[in-house]
Amino acid sequence: MSLASNTASTGVHTFHGSSLELKNLTMAYGDIEVLRNVSLNVAPGTTTCIIGPSGSGKSTLLRGVNRLHEPKSGDVLLAGESALMVKPDILRARIGMVFQHFNLFPDHTALDNVALALWSVKGMSKTAARERARRSLAEVGLAERAEHRPRDLSGGQQQRVAIARALAMEPEVMLFDEATSALDPELVKGVLNLMAGLGRRGMTMLVVTHEMGFARKVADQVVFMDEGEVVESGTPTELFDNPQSKRLQRFLSEVL
Amino acid sequence: MDWLSTIIRTFFDFGAMAEVLPQLLGVGLLNTLIISVAATIIGVALGMIVAVMGISPSRWLRVPARIYTDLFRGLPAILTILLIGQGFARLSQTIFGPSPYPLGIIALSLIASAYIGEIFRAGIQSVDKGQGEACRALGMSYAKSMRLVVIPQGVRRVLPALVNQFIAIVKDSSLVYFLGLLVGERELFRVGQDAAVLSGNLSPLVLAGVFYLVITVPLTHLVNYFDSRFRTGRRRPAPPTSGLKEVTELDAASPLITGSNT
Repeated sequence: MSLASNTASTGVHTFHGSSLELKNLTMAYGDIEVLRNVSLNVAPGTTTCIIGPSGSGKSTLLRGVNRLHEPKSGDVLLAGESALMVKPDILRARIGMVFQHFNLFPDHTALDNVALALWSVKGMSKTAARERARRSLAEVGLAERAEHRPRDLSGGQQQRVAIARALAMEPEVMLFDEATSALDPELVKGVLNLMAGLGRRGMTMLVVTHEMGFARKVADQVVFMDEGEVVESGTPTELFDNPQSKRLQRFLSEVL
Repeated sequence: MDWLSTIIRTFFDFGAMAEVLPQLLGVGLLNTLIISVAATIIGVALGMIVAVMGISPSRWLRVPARIYTDLFRGLPAILTILLIGQGFARLSQTIFGPSPYPLGIIALSLIASAYIGEIFRAGIQSVDKGQGEACRALGMSYAKSMRLVVIPQGVRRVLPALVNQFIAIVKDSSLVYFLGLLVGERELFRVGQDAAVLSGNLSPLVLAGVFYLVITVPLTHLVNYFDSRFRTGRRRPAPPTSGLKEVTELDAASPLITGSNT
């Protein structure tokens, strides 16, 4: 599952995302269940947006998928196999994650931010890793900024470096945890467009977002969560134009 | 003005100072620096181990690190030095020979490592949790994420505290004289004290004190300088910029990828 080689004609990679399935996923912090019996099916190469009020368990769900937080019960299937049976480090190398606050390494250049995991996890030589990192940065439009440290980049540029860092690992699924919530308003669109582009090119994406416009335009499936449960899910048209549950109607009336 | 001349004779007998100066430089200062630097290097190495154990998810590593730290931080330095210097004298003799010098360094290292361990632990724990998470999300093991990303950041921000610890070690190094050093192994304090007995006044000790200050005071100010620089950051004021410029630039760079023109 990796970048295909049909780059010569367009200069743009296509991806082959894997399927992702959550089965009765339940997650807890101590005794408190913050996610209850969540089931979700994300077809290969599609984008699922998760919306919902704060505290509804959206971020926890993402962290369960790559086991940054271990699920309490239920299962996560990546490309049909249980993710809970794989070693967490191996699993996470196959799943890219982008955080709200970027979490770039401040003492590394943009290039080394991307290259670090390539040599330390994938075992590439440092030269090959930096070469691959350079391509990855070019893909997000930051070839010119390769030698900049994060503090010398704008929020939008930092988030694009973070996306390049995740993409360089050639993940099968990308998780976005409110990736544009910390950005200056004029830089949000650039990052969202980049994300939409990944979706169009075949990446499987699970996107927690407050950008309803993005969810409506880009998502193949929208999931509305509240109080740790999936309340409603369907196509963007179904959810946004014809919300069934009171809670979703209420939520949409507040955010739209 | 009798008391003034008494003070001068007691503390500022320049003849006595001149006499002891070569020994203070060639023996005292040299040994103080050797002991302090060696204890700091060993203390940093041990301290890093103690710190990493102290933040480990495993209790079997955390608890021993805690006990070790409490022990060596809680005891008076002089007691630790005597217990180790005399208690392990026979063992030391078979390894290092008759000199108590190496044991003095080891005792100081153990004390230093307890303090340095706490400094490292505080530094590492102050690193944003997102750093470790980003590493783990990329597939790095806990050990790799600590070694490559978290620990370097934590260590960098406690460098000033480490210099302070070195200053403390320089001062504590005077305590090894209790172990009875050979003539050529004496550090600043012991050289000064021996000379003070001969000269009948305290001037040699005053000069020894001057040498301690020559080491410690510049370091203190160096720490303050770096500390304020770390705090205020190195950013130069920049002219106003526009985020829109970046949007234009992005569109030009990769419209195909971002699709923002479509």
